[in-house]
Amino acid sequence: MAPQLAITLVFFYWPAGQALYQSMLRQDPFGLRTKFVWFANFRKVLADPAYLNSIKVTVVFSLATAIVAMGVALLLAVMAEKAVRGKGLYRTLLIWPYAVAPAIAGMLWLFLFNPSIGSLAYLLRSLGIAWDPLLNGTHAMILLVSAAAWKQISYNFLFFVAGLQAVPKTLIEAAAMDGAGETKRFWTIVFPLLAPTTFFLLVVNTVYALFDTFGIVHAVTGGGPGKTTETLVYKVYNDGFVNLILGDSAAQSVILMAIVIALTAIQFRYVERKVHYG
Amino acid sequence: MIGQSPLRTFIAHAVLILGILIVAFPIYYTFVASTHTLQTILRPPLPLLPGGQLWNNYSEALFGGIGRIGGVSVGQLLLNTTVMALGVAVGKIFISILSAYAIVFFRFPLRMTFFWLIFITLMLPVEVRILPTYKVMVDLGMIDTYAGLIIPLIASATATLLFRQFFMTIPGELVEAARVDGAGPWRFFFDILLPLSRTNIAALFVILFIYGWTQYLWPLLVTNSNDMNTIVIALRKMVSFADADTEWHLVMVTAMLAIVPPILVVVLMQRWFVRGLVESEK
Repeated sequence: MAPQLAITLVFFYWPAGQALYQSMLRQDPFGLRTKFVWFANFRKVLADPAYLNSIKVTVVFSLATAIVAMGVALLLAVMAEKAVRGKGLYRTLLIWPYAVAPAIAGMLWLFLFNPSIGSLAYLLRSLGIAWDPLLNGTHAMILLVSAAAWKQISYNFLFFVAGLQAVPKTLIEAAAMDGAGETKRFWTIVFPLLAPTTFFLLVVNTVYALFDTFGIVHAVTGGGPGKTTETLVYKVYNDGFVNLILGDSAAQSVILMAIVIALTAIQFRYVERKVHYG
Repeated sequence: MIGQSPLRTFIAHAVLILGILIVAFPIYYTFVASTHTLQTILRPPLPLLPGGQLWNNYSEALFGGIGRIGGVSVGQLLLNTTVMALGVAVGKIFISILSAYAIVFFRFPLRMTFFWLIFITLMLPVEVRILPTYKVMVDLGMIDTYAGLIIPLIASATATLLFRQFFMTIPGELVEAARVDGAGPWRFFFDILLPLSRTNIAALFVILFIYGWTQYLWPLLVTNSNDMNTIVIALRKMVSFADADTEWHLVMVTAMLAIVPPILVVVLMQRWFVRGLVESEK
């Protein structure tokens, strides 16, 4: 008990407290004087167009990543349930991107789509698409989302498979006897029963897209071109460690913490509900 | 089970194989790239089949090549990454099994307060509090040390929660029987609790090992000297130079080296891994 408490206190509460304190300070450009300014940093950050832009970027990025990753994973999981033979083999072959570091996933995709040496970029260009993720913000975003979603597919796949196995076979058979076709069975029985899994994965994927993808952003685009792919976490890093605007960075940290706590709270309410349904 | 037409089964297999191709392609292509000469890589499109440079590239990379472009020998990189991954996995399991033990089986004042103190950290990842945590590390002089790499990542509650849930399923009769037979708290912990939680420990180990191996932001901040880089960071540094001069064939070998160990862990320990993942998050 004591060791964890000590580590938690030193490396969690102390920094968190400092973040709160720092977020209300403002330093002069030379770091000589520090002034306590209450919530001015928050006001400044929230009014900053660059910050609002990065919120927008983050929302687009997280939603796109979650939807793509979950959609593909659900499709594959449903198919894996159907393909009785070779299920184990398929699973083995599908889970290993989980072990690839997000940053490396980003670099692999960058290698494939790098405008000068990427083979797939070459393919796209020969199809007549002016592909350039280094200059075109939309292309950069597509590249990021692909890499992030690719990495997350295996995780979602495992959960969907577990969720699908929990759907009672008797229900499906009853529906089949009543004459419901396969598509109809899926949408009216399987999909609603999967809702808890889906919801859980939605939260996890959002958290993943918010935080774990820093590596992808940093390795692939560095927030550019312009600021088109600067996510919130990347901005905290950039303002704090590159631009050294400590107060702003700390204020952003605090905002992020609030977001995470909100997401956690949502998830726990859901967990509780699931317990009641048993 | 409802019968299904052969056509649908065929479609299912086709979709799965397509999915596997998409999932596997980037890694396969990296492997392919790591077996070609630099000239071939620089002139897209790259052939789809491995080239003949496997031996040359890997020996060049392993014996000096990576050291030349990355500034550190590949052995040092792998060592750093392994130490970090193992440290995070072992350290986190160690502290969380202890605190879960304390929370579940002992009654002491402020027990629930401590529990909530730990519990709140559950979902706040290190990314959220980078700057202040970094400052704490500087104050404690832990920059460029293994301790600095590992310890802040241990401060999180997921594993504690998992162990707590598991311990609560242990029947009270077992605890009492042990007490009647004269087993003290430590004996109970080592002879009963640890053997019972073996599978949980194995599952957590896999997950945490992967977690430690794939860390990016934290090692990036805490390590200044090249000697302390993890392989992921070193790889990123290699790529970030102007792409005309990048020795892509060596970079690709490094990428393979960074990818393969965690994949091996996942695939070989698949059973534990899947169980641990699906259960720990519930």
